[in-house]
This record gives sequence, C-alpha cells and structure tokens, in this order.
Amino acid sequence: MSRAMTGARMVVQALKDQGVDVVFGYPGGAVLPIYDEIFQQNDIRHILVRHEQGAVHMAEGYARSTGKPGVVLVTSGPGATNAVTGMVDALMDSIPLVVLSGQVPTFMIGTDGFQEADTVGITRPCTKHNWLVKDTDKLSEVIHQAFHVATSGRPGPVLVDIPKDVQFATGQYKPPREAKTDHYQPRVKGDLKAITALVELMEQAERPVLYTGGGVINSGPAASQLLREIADATGFPVTSTLMGLGAYPASGKGWIGMLGMHGLYEANLAMHGCDLMINVGARFDDRITGRIADFSPHSKKAHIDIDPSSINKVIHVDIPIVGDVAHVLEDLLNVWKARGRKVNKPGLAKWWGQIEQWKLKKCLTYKNSATIIKPQYALERLEALTKGRKRYVTTEVGQHQMWAAQFLHFDDPNRWMTSGGLGTMGYGLPASIGVQIAHPDALVINVAGEASWLMNMQEMGTAVQFRAPVKQFILNNERLGMVRQWQQLLHGERYSQSWSESLPDFVKLAEAFGCKGIKCSDPKDLDDAIAEMLAYDGPVIFDCLVEKHENCFPMIPSGKPHNEMLLGDAATEGAIKADGAVLV
Amino acid sequence: MSALNIKKGSTSHSAYDLRDPNAEVIESHTLAVLVDNEAGVLARVIGLFSGRGYNIDSLTVAEVDHKGHRSRITVVTRGTPAVIEQIKAQLGRLVPVHDVHDLTVEGASVERELALFKVAGTGDKRIEALRLAEIFRANVVDSTLESFVFEITGTPEKIDAFADLMRPLGLVDVARTGVAALSRGI
Repeated sequence: MSRAMTGARMVVQALKDQGVDVVFGYPGGAVLPIYDEIFQQNDIRHILVRHEQGAVHMAEGYARSTGKPGVVLVTSGPGATNAVTGMVDALMDSIPLVVLSGQVPTFMIGTDGFQEADTVGITRPCTKHNWLVKDTDKLSEVIHQAFHVATSGRPGPVLVDIPKDVQFATGQYKPPREAKTDHYQPRVKGDLKAITALVELMEQAERPVLYTGGGVINSGPAASQLLREIADATGFPVTSTLMGLGAYPASGKGWIGMLGMHGLYEANLAMHGCDLMINVGARFDDRITGRIADFSPHSKKAHIDIDPSSINKVIHVDIPIVGDVAHVLEDLLNVWKARGRKVNKPGLAKWWGQIEQWKLKKCLTYKNSATIIKPQYALERLEALTKGRKRYVTTEVGQHQMWAAQFLHFDDPNRWMTSGGLGTMGYGLPASIGVQIAHPDALVINVAGEASWLMNMQEMGTAVQFRAPVKQFILNNERLGMVRQWQQLLHGERYSQSWSESLPDFVKLAEAFGCKGIKCSDPKDLDDAIAEMLAYDGPVIFDCLVEKHENCFPMIPSGKPHNEMLLGDAATEGAIKADGAVLV
Repeated sequence: MSALNIKKGSTSHSAYDLRDPNAEVIESHTLAVLVDNEAGVLARVIGLFSGRGYNIDSLTVAEVDHKGHRSRITVVTRGTPAVIEQIKAQLGRLVPVHDVHDLTVEGASVERELALFKVAGTGDKRIEALRLAEIFRANVVDSTLESFVFEITGTPEKIDAFADLMRPLGLVDVARTGVAALSRGI
C-alpha cells in the first residue's frame, strides 16, 4: 500500500522502515527539508558531526561494529565532496553504507548553481552504485534499493543524490517489500564440485594454511563460528589479514598471527611454505603477497570470495569458489564430515613442528627501555589492562596501526575497526565515535598516531556533544612514523617533511574541547595513567609520548617475497633494492 | 577441454579459467554487455575501462528493448587472457549490468560495422573509386560533381581494406559506427 507524502518525509520514513536508528550528518541548504523532517520525529537519532568526512567514518565504525549498514546525510556540493574519502575507504574495505546527499533543484542542475557539484559523477567510481533521483514517486523505491545493494553480495557504499525540489514535492511512498530488488541478487552458494575438490586437497595436505580476511567478518557471525569449527576440527593453522582479525580468536589453538608486510614471521613463512592455501574472504592484496612471482610457490590455492572479480585478479588459484563465506564454509564442513573427517595427521604434526620452530624467533621482540615508553610496550600494557573487557578498538593509519594489530588480541569479530585498503589517516577518531554510538556501554579505544589524529580532531566536539566516552590513545612520536621509517630504509635517511614541529598541547586541547587530557612520558607511570583513562567516564585524549625513532618490524620490504622479511635487529642497510623502492 | 562441455572462456557458468592465465599473448575480444538503460550507465562502463587501465578499440551502444529499458553495449577490447577475464568479471559486478557475453570465445558470431567514406576527385580517380565501391558493395548515398559519399557495411577488416583503397583516390573523411555483434544460431 503506498501513501502520499513529501520527498523529505519519504526519506525519513524509508530509513525507519529499513530499521535505521542513527544517522551521521551535517545540514546545509540542499537538505533542509529532510532536516525539518528529522526535527519532527524521535525514532531516528541524528549525530551532528564537525566535518562530513567524519560522518562517513563514523558510519563505517557503526557498520563494522554492528554488521548493519551505516547511514550518512550530507548537503550538496562541499557536503558531498567532503564525504568522498570516506566512501572510497568503505569501498576498499567492503563496508555497507548508505549516503544520502542533497542536490540543487532539478531545474538548476547543470547551471553551476550555488553549492552544485556533479555528485553522482564524482562518486561513480567511489561507490558500489549511485543514483540521482529526479522524481519523488521513485524516491522511496530507490532508497530501499540502495539498502539492498549496499548490504547484498560484497557490501559497499552507495549514494542517493536528492535534488531539493524532489524533497519538497509530494509523491507515492512504497514500503521496502514493494521495492524491486530482484535483478541484483549475487550468488551466495558455492559450487559443490569445487567445494568437494577442496575437501579432497584438505584430506591430503601436509602443510595447509587457512588465510582469512575481512570477508569472514562481513559474512556475519555464523561465518566466524564455522571458521572456528573447521580450523579446530582439522587442526589447520589460521592466519589473517589486517581486516580479518577477530574472526578466528587470537587465543585459539590454530592461531599463528597476522600475515603480510608487517605480519608475523611464522605466519608469513607458513604462507610461503604451505602446500595448500585456503583463502577465505581475502583478496591477495599487495600488502599480503609481496613479490607476486615468489608468492607461496609450492602450494595449491583455493579462494572463497563472493565477488567473482576478486578471483584470479592478482594470484591465479587452482580452486575458485564464488559464494558467501558462511554458506561455503557450511557446505565445506558438511562435505568434510560426510567423507569421514580425514586429515593428514603425520603431515600436520610435522607442519606444526615447523611452525613452532618459526615461533621461536619471537619476531615481535623489541628492546624495552626504563626511561622512554616504547610504543610496543604501551600497547602491551593497554592490552593487559583492558583484556577481558567488552572492548572495541579503532586505529588511525601508520606504525601505530601495525603495532596495534601485532600487540592487541581479538577473540571476537567486529571488535577491530581499521582503514585497511585505502589507508585513510584520520579514520580512527570518527570511527571510534561511530562504534561508541552503536555500543554506548562498551570500552572504545582509538589507537592513534598524533599526525593521523590531527587530521580529523575536530570530531572531539562530536564526542563531547553526544557524550561518547571514546578513549583516544595517541602514541605520540612527533613524527610521521611510517613515512620516517621508509625514508630511513629507502631514501638515504633524508627525512623529508616527516616530522611535526608545532604540535598542540594535547592536554590543553582536551580541556578546550571539554574533555579529559592525560599526558604520560615515563614507563613507570604508564599503568596508572592507562587506569586513569579507563576509569574516566567521558572522552579522554591520552598523549603517550613514545620513542621517536622506533621502527615497525617484522617488515617485508616492497618487492620482496615472504621469506625475505626483515626482523627487528636485522641490518636494514641495502635491504631494499631500487626496483622495490618504486612500489608503495 | 571440450570434454568438460563448458563453453571456452565462459565466466557465467563457472569461475574456472580454462585458458592459460600466464600466456602473455594479447587477444582482441568482442564483448556484448546487456545493461539497464538508466542515466549514467555508459559512463559507468567506460569509467571502469579508463579507471582500471583497460583498452577500448571500439564501442557501440543503443537501446535494444524499449519496453524493458535494456541497452546493448558492444565493446571490442584487447588484453592478455587474464586481463580479459578481469574485464568480464568487473563488468559483471556493475549493478545495472545484466549479462556479459564474450562473443570471441562463446562459439561463432557475426560482427558488422557501418562506415561512411567521403571521397573527392575527378577524372580517372573518380571512376576508379566508383568501380571499387561496386566490388565492395558500397552504396553511393551522396554525390556532387567532385565527390561521393559511400556507405559500406561489413567486418572491420573489410572496412579497413576499403579505406586503404580509397586513400590514394582522394579519401577526405571517414565516419565509422564501431562493431555490432551477435552470436550465430540460437
């Protein structure tokens, strides 16, 4: 049954019908009718951000920590262009978002009107799909389709651009069940023949490894559960990408740590030396593979992915399985059980022996100090003092992000939010607010570097206004640490523009925003300072002054294979050749 | 390969790549892409090609089903087998794309292109141009005392050959439609 209402009211009605409880946004001329409708209702909460990029990252944090799509509302022109970085971030990391943007009235489109931008043109390659709605009668159906596209198949951001006259005009509202969504129905069930072929390989494999990614988390809690069952029943070792941390518990017996450029020695060598690689919802990113020609040279490879374009894009695989991770893992487990739960026990025992040998390297070892806080030590203490709590962690991008991935441990999915694919500095603070809005009682920590944090620090105002008690744990080395590390290793120690001379006093900054600031520079005070941060009922900016020249290891230099990784105290001179230096 | 009874190079039925992915040979493929005829759909398709660094040798697009608002985009592209597979997969995941057919590998197909040639000249050259046009079954669609416009339909190769012949005879201008293609049989 359709009802007549204005376009602006339709937007709010459609959001309600889609089960939306919170919208992150910023008003402006071209969305005023929608804001007027938001004012006149209480079902949907609106979080007023300080910059539209913040709104999108908050929606990402909300989406990643709940599994539900995040919703953003911005105005035309600069409102939409400011949202672009967040949308690309969500596209790269497959995060479901619905972004609603205002647009100049239809009769003004193309006239360079005030705050006009070609939003659908600009965001076409930044979204999974986008729409410009020119007819109020079609608006509600498009919004429902937008939710369907954002959350079906490989999730991603979508944008609906709504001209102001379409918001004012009256049209017929269609509820979700009447919206046409049949044409976009990505396949979720995997091919049983391929799954059986994989089981046959699993039964014989001497050196198998499960290489898991963000797709496991995107698929939902059932996928993580099935992954745990398969890993524990077979005894196969599990490694994960940055995006997939928590899908298999860090305390699980099969866990061998994160892989990739700054992954663990044992995880990367297991990838290099395995004879069967089972990629579950990961995409062979260049930060994972290193030099393609030498990537895991002796293994058969299977790849489970819901997006057919991920398969054979970078690495040619022997068994491609297109489907949703949970559906495929369920079939995989059933087939494996039905065929008698076979594994190659002697092979596996030998393989684990090898992995234990690699673990003895203790690749995360660092030289601690009694006088200076080492960033790794700060994270070890943070981990020890927050373990067992209902904890969510977001990060910015850089060295601190990699250390957080190495030193914090996740036993559950949806607890770790980080910008993986795009590597967006400025992601963590707004993302932490989005997580906290979704989980008001949880402990939400943003592990940050001071440079990244400054990129979206205006959002502290949002945190204070909406009483989001987010903890900003800033590892402050007064450097762009990862840039500095690369300059040291690759560019002759010429530290071009990689330090900040005029950093703010973060404690005073916290006071200015109306929240709490804590500064700590002595390892002896660290535990008390962290306890003070955790005990405070409100947002905290924690300025943790750390060693300025610490490098993040292990590291696989660009252009090198997995088995040529650098460990902490390795001589780094000449480690990276010129052809590797051109890679990012 | 044929024993598997899977169409060579097909991605719609199987994710298996049946050709050597490491072959570095550059192949030319004609793809038929069936899309919803909605605003921006062509920009989406060509943006995908430019954004990911793929080639477009020829592109034609027109609505083929007014009632269903369907358009058919025929694109001729080049790449290694792995790149061609990527192009098809990337096209397939665009929301308004219904179907992607690789006419080059999915059995036999017919390809046609229409071209208009303006040839200016007098005397023997003019007579020779007219004579060659007859051999190529090109029609004269416009004529002045100093020029002809020929209309020719055929494979791109035939049109290339006709262009080569017309060049010394006073070829002034060419307009080509790009390739339209359909599979043979049902």
